Amino acid sequence: MKLFADLLERLVFTNSRNEKLRLLATYFREAPDPDRGWAVAAIAGTLDTRTVTPSIVRKLTEARVDPVLFRLSYDYVGDLAQTVSLIWQGQRTTEPVSLDKVVSRLRSAHRSEIAPLLESLLDCLGESERFALLKLATGGLRVGVSARMLKLALASFGDKAPEEIEELWFGLEPPYCALFAWLEGRAPAPAVDRTLLFRPAMLAHPLDAETLARLDPADFIAEWKWDGIRVQALSFDGKRRLYTRTGDDIGHAFPDILESMTWEGVIDGELLVVEDETVRPFHRLQKRLGRKAPSARAIAENPARIRAYDLLELPGADLRPQPFAIRRQRLEEWASANPLSRFDLSSVFPVETWQQIDALRERSRSGGYEGLMLKRRDSPYLAGRVKGHWFKWKREPLTADCVLMYAQRGHGKRSSYYSDFTFGCWQEGAESAGPRLVPVGKAYSGFTNAELLELDKFVRANTTERFGPVRAVTPDLVIEVAFDALQPSSRHKSGVAMRFPRIKRIRWDKPAAEADSLTTLSALRDMPMADQKQQSLL
Amino acid sequence: MSGIDWIFPTPTGLYCAAGDFYIDPMSPVDRAVVTHGHADHARAGHQKVLATTQTLAIMASRYGEEHARQTQAVNYGEQVTIGGAIVRLAPAGHVLGSAQVVIEKAGQRVVVSGDYKRRPDPTCTPFEVVPCDLFITEATFGLPVFRHPDAEEEVKKLLRSLLVFPEKTHLVGVYALGKCQRLIRILRDNGYDTPIFVHGALTALSDFYEQHGVALGELVPVTTESKKATKGRLVLCPPSALADRWSRGFSDRIAALASGWMLIRQRAKQRRVELPLVISDHADWDELTATITDVAADTIWVTHGQEEALVHYARSCGLEAAPLALQGRDEESAA
Ligand SMILES: [Zn+2]
Ligand SMILES: [Zn+2]
Repeated sequence: MKLFADLLERLVFTNSRNEKLRLLATYFREAPDPDRGWAVAAIAGTLDTRTVTPSIVRKLTEARVDPVLFRLSYDYVGDLAQTVSLIWQGQRTTEPVSLDKVVSRLRSAHRSEIAPLLESLLDCLGESERFALLKLATGGLRVGVSARMLKLALASFGDKAPEEIEELWFGLEPPYCALFAWLEGRAPAPAVDRTLLFRPAMLAHPLDAETLARLDPADFIAEWKWDGIRVQALSFDGKRRLYTRTGDDIGHAFPDILESMTWEGVIDGELLVVEDETVRPFHRLQKRLGRKAPSARAIAENPARIRAYDLLELPGADLRPQPFAIRRQRLEEWASANPLSRFDLSSVFPVETWQQIDALRERSRSGGYEGLMLKRRDSPYLAGRVKGHWFKWKREPLTADCVLMYAQRGHGKRSSYYSDFTFGCWQEGAESAGPRLVPVGKAYSGFTNAELLELDKFVRANTTERFGPVRAVTPDLVIEVAFDALQPSSRHKSGVAMRFPRIKRIRWDKPAAEADSLTTLSALRDMPMADQKQQSLL
Repeated sequence: MSGIDWIFPTPTGLYCAAGDFYIDPMSPVDRAVVTHGHADHARAGHQKVLATTQTLAIMASRYGEEHARQTQAVNYGEQVTIGGAIVRLAPAGHVLGSAQVVIEKAGQRVVVSGDYKRRPDPTCTPFEVVPCDLFITEATFGLPVFRHPDAEEEVKKLLRSLLVFPEKTHLVGVYALGKCQRLIRILRDNGYDTPIFVHGALTALSDFYEQHGVALGELVPVTTESKKATKGRLVLCPPSALADRWSRGFSDRIAALASGWMLIRQRAKQRRVELPLVISDHADWDELTATITDVAADTIWVTHGQEEALVHYARSCGLEAAPLALQGRDEESAA
């Protein structure tokens, strides 16, 4: 438990991705089985222990500590797990408790046993271990390690390719002893039934002018890039799965989609909300995501659909080694052979000249697409972002002139720079009050190192107020912000939210009063998009 | 209350009417007794100042020899009469030269703790328990969440990090007076004898500690050129320098901070600290409550920090207790 607690401690305070990877790999080397497997599960979120509610923790503590002192401490610290781990006075036994013991006891405990169990565990652990226990038991480690990062760390620990871990991952279960045995070269790769596993997704490279000049239009097929969520739908023997492109199973949020999957095979496609044969903006889809079990009403209000891009497998036939043009043909046959209700096909266009395709891309703003995909006719379906096969050619971003309002210090190497910027647009005030600035977004990229130095200097010289690592600045500097789309948002005071905002240019020349108004900005909101006729051009 | 009416708080600071002097006054006064050299206790511009030799020397190095009209240096335990009061200074274990003020009048004894701690510190004289009738205690870490770990274990964390990240410069924020020298001394005691880089703001006080018999080993001043030679080495600097432009010349770095506040993870995160080291020169909750028991006073006044919880604790022990709001203390400084 001590090693695990130390690992969490270091992960919490480390910002750099490489350092986190190194800390994880070091932990995998030092910790024994099955502790390290439980740690992997805890960080990946695949550990199912009975969750302990904060009120159980609070009650236990109040029985042990003067309630006035506990209240004052909790007020001061602000975080329950932190307060309790610090204030708890254990009868410290000298014998170390293993993570395995903690996890197994938490997993096997009945509801009525959970409070006494937690109390006895708290009693025999040290401070950082108590903190780890409480975070583990109340569910929510939040150490800034994604599932992907964890798999990279496992790969580097076992000197394997990350794809090998990806391929196996969804067939493995905590505490992953067979995985570690393989990573350490003590056993062959664990055997898993791969039928319903996520197939590592093929990803595209952004296209630049230089690359485009080298490509022959005749080698490519173009396709709309829809603004939804890339998914993989699997259906075999009546068993069905819906995965995101990172392999997270989101089937529970889309029972309507699963129900319609009466066919068999593996489809790669885009998950969208489609109403009256019109694709609705991305935020409509967000309403469906993250819901554990959506109500019938939620499903009816935002009907989901998958627009199919590719066919990876049919029963008994892995199509991934086949050229894309062949797979596309099989996809169309598949579509006409099956009654599809919640699935349809994405349109493709043969490429004659790049000018013709560029013109299509320009239209994609009014069409509501994210841009175009260019796929080589002869590309097999390959795992990951492999160079030279698939390209994404996004539409030009939207831009707005905004005024810098706040700046925050960055992380890691940037921690001495003000590098996270909040900017606003003008909103007409009540009668005599005049226009005032409303924050419309945050950006921390898009500038060069030289520009960062200038921005940092501006922030330091124009600070009006400080709040911890944040400074408010005189509203004098105009920055041109680029973003992919603008969505309505009830969480923001401005009523809109930008997708992927980044700083395009610093407008040292432009007076702040001439920056855009909220009205001008709001006019850029995505409109519902009419569908294009589905067609096959092969 | 205890019936002692010859000492009380004023806007300028704690005032002893029996001897007509202030303790750690915030603004210039005729007569001041200063507990230790931290800036929130030792100010310039008084007419007469009584303090330990070391504290007076620290004040002189910070504010110049002319910081007071007249100074009187005393050793620990040496008794002096000021007006109607008998005063002596007792070691507080906080930093080099730090003292508690022991004041007696008419058979009653008051002890003003100043800042203190009871943990081992190789760089200063340990705290002395002085039984008294009225104990005026600090409470910087006056909440039961503050139980500081062993400083040596924290230093070992730092040494371990140097092994795991041998290519990184380890920048460690330390307060210039006390924390800096204590950390170096513990590092040396744990076998770290590599030269340590120090920010310019730390050199004068470190030299001063050396002169007073605290050996610190080889310290190298940080310059623009030497910044590049700090890979895998320790660089000590004032905490504010961690977020300052000064910290930019180090290519690959880990930011550490040695402070009692580092126990609260959110605080450490907020300060962008990657390696928090819980090393405190103030008493933690257990030390504060143990000291209240040890001095056996029946009245406790609490100042300088989290007064409410410690007052509640003292009252629940059957003692008379009151919070004392003194102005001008900065809770973050020198903790
Ligand atoms: Zn102090
Ligand atoms: Zn102080």
